Amino acid sequence: MSPVIDIRSLNFAYGRVPTLSGIDLQVAEGEFLGIVGPNAGGKSTLLKLILGLLQPQSGSIRVLDCAASAASRLLGYVPQYPSFPRDFPVTVEQVVQLGRLSLDQNGRQRDGKWHALWPGRVSSTDRRAVHRALAEVEAGDISKRQIGSLSGGQLQRVLLARALVGEPRILILDEPTANIDQRMESEIFDLLKALNTRMSILVVSHDVAFISRYVSRVACVNQTLVCHNTDAIDGHVIQEVYGQHVRMIAHGH
Amino acid sequence: MEDFFTALSQHAFLQTAVATAMLASIGCGVMGTYVVVKRIAFIAGGIAHSVLGGMGAALYFGFEPLHGALPAAIAAALLIGWVRLHWHAQEDTLISALWAIGMAVGVLFIAKAPGYQADLMSYLFGNILLVPSESLWLMVTLDLVLLVIVAAYHRQFLAVVFDEEFARLRGVPVGFFYLLLLVLVAVTVVLLIQVVGLILVLALLTLPAAVAGHYVHSLGRMMLIATLLGAVLSITGLALSYGPDLPVGPTIILLVGGVYILSAMLTQFLERRRARLAAAQGARQGAAVE
Repeated sequence: MSPVIDIRSLNFAYGRVPTLSGIDLQVAEGEFLGIVGPNAGGKSTLLKLILGLLQPQSGSIRVLDCAASAASRLLGYVPQYPSFPRDFPVTVEQVVQLGRLSLDQNGRQRDGKWHALWPGRVSSTDRRAVHRALAEVEAGDISKRQIGSLSGGQLQRVLLARALVGEPRILILDEPTANIDQRMESEIFDLLKALNTRMSILVVSHDVAFISRYVSRVACVNQTLVCHNTDAIDGHVIQEVYGQHVRMIAHGH
Repeated sequence: MEDFFTALSQHAFLQTAVATAMLASIGCGVMGTYVVVKRIAFIAGGIAHSVLGGMGAALYFGFEPLHGALPAAIAAALLIGWVRLHWHAQEDTLISALWAIGMAVGVLFIAKAPGYQADLMSYLFGNILLVPSESLWLMVTLDLVLLVIVAAYHRQFLAVVFDEEFARLRGVPVGFFYLLLLVLVAVTVVLLIQVVGLILVLALLTLPAAVAGHYVHSLGRMMLIATLLGAVLSITGLALSYGPDLPVGPTIILLVGGVYILSAMLTQFLERRRARLAAAQGARQGAAVE
């Protein structure tokens, strides 16, 4: 079976600064891949390339057997920082509804040349899907709230629901637990583990030790990319990725 | 005020003025809401001021200035939108350059316009009392176009206004809808120029929606309240200016600006009071636990 994400000898630079060099990565259907690496090592850039938001200068990137930009509707994305103002006058329900935008009233992806110009109405199928997605992330009780009134953890759940409501084949999360406490972090990863039974998942994290309990493979990104199976991660590998002077705490699985 | 209502029943030009104010309010409420939540007042200002270029050109070549305003507003919207989408460096400088260049072109055209020297002031500050009744049909058409497009694409507009990156990932052609939004803002600017002129247009476009945003928290309700507020305030301004024979545009703007400042102060006060009450309640609960 062909990989859901297939990246070959990809190079990317912002201006004159090379950010990613010679990246090769194949993600199999149903995989739960962790992506770790130092700040400014290119993790988020790699996600944006997979999402088709950035174009590589050279190399190829295929997602679900399409060009990356053509596949983005089949992906669910949870950004690290919400790219909207928190005081925007919109309810949780309306935000999650936006995740259904490319689907018709039967829940199928619209296609054809003019699919994007289809005037939008929220169908009853959409409403049911929004209800389901919010229930799945345990945020059903806040559906009528303004987004500005949510806590960090609640907002993260809403963003996850927005990504799930479009029935993605691959879920991509950028540091989903950076701004929330540890108990919530475990809850979110338990939820991801459950979701992994029906979709492939890529998650960026700065916490190798924590995610290695959940993911099947870890990709270490620091301009280049090296993959490790979870059980092979030890101090040596971590130092290789982050350079010297890493404080490590031993932990058993 | 009473004089105004007596005069309103007698004079057709006053009835036209009231109808103009109401028609302009629809654009002001609907598009003003988008301008406020998307925080593109500066872009809207650029569009409004470059319109003088089109009005001046129309005057120079012997057309009705308002017929130059619409294409000029749309061209300015597309140009400024294109700059915003593709020219990330120094976007604000470029928009202010287009803003000033548009006005300069307009003033030059008006200065060199043959024959009757037009009154620059009436373009800059508007004169709702001089709107010809034929213009009402143009305004009705523009309002209808605007309402039909917003009704059809409100989800796409919400997606683009709320979170461009996510909209792009859902397959929404963000560039297209962003430009369409700016074109509709341009159409609204042309509607509002008749009421208050192009210098003051920005206040009438943003302030009613901003006041509505103090009290309601959905785009639909903001649009409705801002439309009603825009209509009430511009007709009140018209009535207030009638007796002492004041210029209408500035009277309306002072009224709108005053309401906005009072409302902002009231909102601030209510928020502080709410926070104080919540803190006091928290303290009482804390004491009860001890």
